[in-house]
Amino acid sequence: MIKARVIVTLKNGVLDPQGKAIEGALGALDFSGVGSVRQGKVFDIELDTADKAKAEADLKEMCERLLANTVIENYSIAIT
Amino acid sequence: MKSAVIQLPGLNRDRDMIAALKKVSGNAPALVWQTETELPDVDLIVIPGGFSYGDYLRCGAIAARMPVMKAVAEKAAQGVMVMGVCNGFQILLECGLLPGALMRNASLRFVCREVKLQVANANTAFTRGYAPNQIIRCPVAHHDGNYFAEPETLKRIEGEGQVVFRYAQGTNPNGSINDIAGIVNTGGNVLGLMPHPENLIEAAHGGTDGRALFESALSKVA
Repeated sequence: MIKARVIVTLKNGVLDPQGKAIEGALGALDFSGVGSVRQGKVFDIELDTADKAKAEADLKEMCERLLANTVIENYSIAIT
Repeated sequence: MKSAVIQLPGLNRDRDMIAALKKVSGNAPALVWQTETELPDVDLIVIPGGFSYGDYLRCGAIAARMPVMKAVAEKAAQGVMVMGVCNGFQILLECGLLPGALMRNASLRFVCREVKLQVANANTAFTRGYAPNQIIRCPVAHHDGNYFAEPETLKRIEGEGQVVFRYAQGTNPNGSINDIAGIVNTGGNVLGLMPHPENLIEAAHGGTDGRALFESALSKVA
């Protein structure tokens, strides 16, 4: 079995109102020096295969076709 | 003119849409469940609003991958008219039938109110019942209506007249880029919009400004 972690984040330049709100809340908790916060998503995925190359190809396709909206989001895949 | 309404778990504005289509066309629309792989022979397919799949992952993301949407895409490619309202608009964007994306409202708040819309292109099959630049009233109710497109895409859709409705008179409720409320595809046969014209079609609604959209789409306009 292969375990993977996929991280999806908003592209640079795409407004992230949720990140902005979190940034404001951190300020309200008196954390100083928080430059910016961007919110993203994490997917932990288990694949029933030992074939790492196939897993990578499948994960990439999963990101392109469902996990990320590539109009506004980037993704990264880490096989653990 | 025959119409069909797509049904998915979590959509909750389908009844209003069915009522509007029936009221304006005189015929009840066909109802098509998400697992169908073929659509009836209709002139207009409507994806209503709501919260398909509980807005999981991204609004409309799961719905856009259901079998029926492949059938909708095939019909759209044949030139059949397709209209997505609110969550339906999000679904059309997620399945790539329209360009761009809808993000969380800039205010982070769910907005449920009436806005003013400018008919930015009255030369489409959906809007020919309106006058160019006519200002109409229309209700909105959404959390993710903040339209975004990359600069090149935005330039293209603006240049090609694909922006059909804009929030007018300072009523942009969501931070949408260029005040965009609704767009069509390059073929002009697929429309997506955030506001709910189906909720303003008869006197009992307190106004009829949404009616011309249905009259246009259902060829009730000469």
